[in-house]
Amino acid sequence: MKKHYREELGNLRETVLRMGGLIEQMTHRAIQALVERKIEMLAEVKAMEIQVNQLHIDIDEICLEMIALRQPTAADLRFIAAAMKINTDMERIGDQAINVTERAEFLLTVPPVKPLIDIPRMADIAKEMLRDALDAFVNGNDQLAYDAIKKDDLVDQLKDQVFRELLTYMMADPTTIPRALDLILVSRHLERIADHATNICEDVIFMVKGKDVRHQGPLA
Amino acid sequence: MENALKVKDLCAWFGDHQVLKNIAMDIRRNSVTSVMGPSGCGKSTFIRCLNRMHDLTPGFRVSGDVIFDGRNIYSDKIDPVLLRRKVGMVFQQPNPFPRMTAYENVAVGLKFNGRKRSRSEIADAVEKSLKMAALWEELKDHLDRPGSSLSGGQQQRLCIARALAVEPEVLLMDEPCSALDPVSTAKIEELIEDLSDKYTIVVVTHNMQQAGRISDYVAFFLMGDLIEMDKAAKIFTNPSDKRTEEYITGRFG
Repeated sequence: MKKHYREELGNLRETVLRMGGLIEQMTHRAIQALVERKIEMLAEVKAMEIQVNQLHIDIDEICLEMIALRQPTAADLRFIAAAMKINTDMERIGDQAINVTERAEFLLTVPPVKPLIDIPRMADIAKEMLRDALDAFVNGNDQLAYDAIKKDDLVDQLKDQVFRELLTYMMADPTTIPRALDLILVSRHLERIADHATNICEDVIFMVKGKDVRHQGPLA
Repeated sequence: MENALKVKDLCAWFGDHQVLKNIAMDIRRNSVTSVMGPSGCGKSTFIRCLNRMHDLTPGFRVSGDVIFDGRNIYSDKIDPVLLRRKVGMVFQQPNPFPRMTAYENVAVGLKFNGRKRSRSEIADAVEKSLKMAALWEELKDHLDRPGSSLSGGQQQRLCIARALAVEPEVLLMDEPCSALDPVSTAKIEELIEDLSDKYTIVVVTHNMQQAGRISDYVAFFLMGDLIEMDKAAKIFTNPSDKRTEEYITGRFG
């Protein structure tokens, strides 16, 4: 009846991965809808969020039960603690993807300010960071997590670039302000997604090495 | 899910001392139910009531029903020997028959129980039981060793194999790991989880971590009362009764 401990750990790993796949897809679809101007795609993202929210609850429940019933220690304990923390970051990423769809709902009803170039680049890097973070989690690969964290700077730079560029549009033509502001917010949402991916990487490094690398400035 | 055992209003006394008070419990088929509680709470007495192990204890008295296979096991028509074949028991101290080989320990129940079997039938049953008890691989080339020469963990698995050989439906285990080292304990725990696919298992333990690891359901006893019974996850994350909470968080007991 009762599953073995190892199976339960495997099940937890798979559940985290399933949620990770969904939020990656949400981010991808939200930006795709914005870039390709396909408003119907936004509904897909919202449907995925319902699943993500359920997984958010499920993962916490699995982790709590495992802590209560299995008394995990050492690497297993770090794995379960990491899963709980990653769970929170993943749910926030899902929320940020929803925020993007909300901006897109307005932006897709008005003419584009400009062709979108840096925002899809930001999205690509953020998704890559997220994918690497989850691969690192699943495979216990701390090096991959370290490498992913380094990409966060690129995303931050792109966000600043988007801001500066749109500022010039707004100064030149104040009628662009509502649209430009929403695009700035989209870049902000993507930057936050990259931040959450960074948090996931830090949790993975702790899981693998037992070493806390948070709040230590740039990583060596 | 169906119940393998249904306990109704069970009371038990040793002389004037009442050790179980109006216990009602449904034990689900093909599941692991752990009975835990502090020393003297009546947990061992309780599982011994489930296959009438107290019949010969002087001064012991029981009232209430234990329904197994649709009948009260305390009715006059029940043969306790047949009952114990269907409701087997494994004890705290591994107790292989000392003068028998490992093979004979498992085969003995088949020889004394029920119909006559051929030598090869018995050999098959012994192999099957040892496999189910996760002992076959270690022991297949040493079946002629005395049962008592095995390690403690092996002896306990041998006792489990012996209990399984007569094809019981329910397996009662009274502190099956408390005389074993952590590695042997882990093996027995894994075995218990596996066996619950086929058998109904009731385990007495005062090790609540073990109850958490192996159980589908947990019953908490205190001074002869059944305080609470629920799914293991519920008991260990959010028990309903304050006394259960205090016990599992180490506030008393």
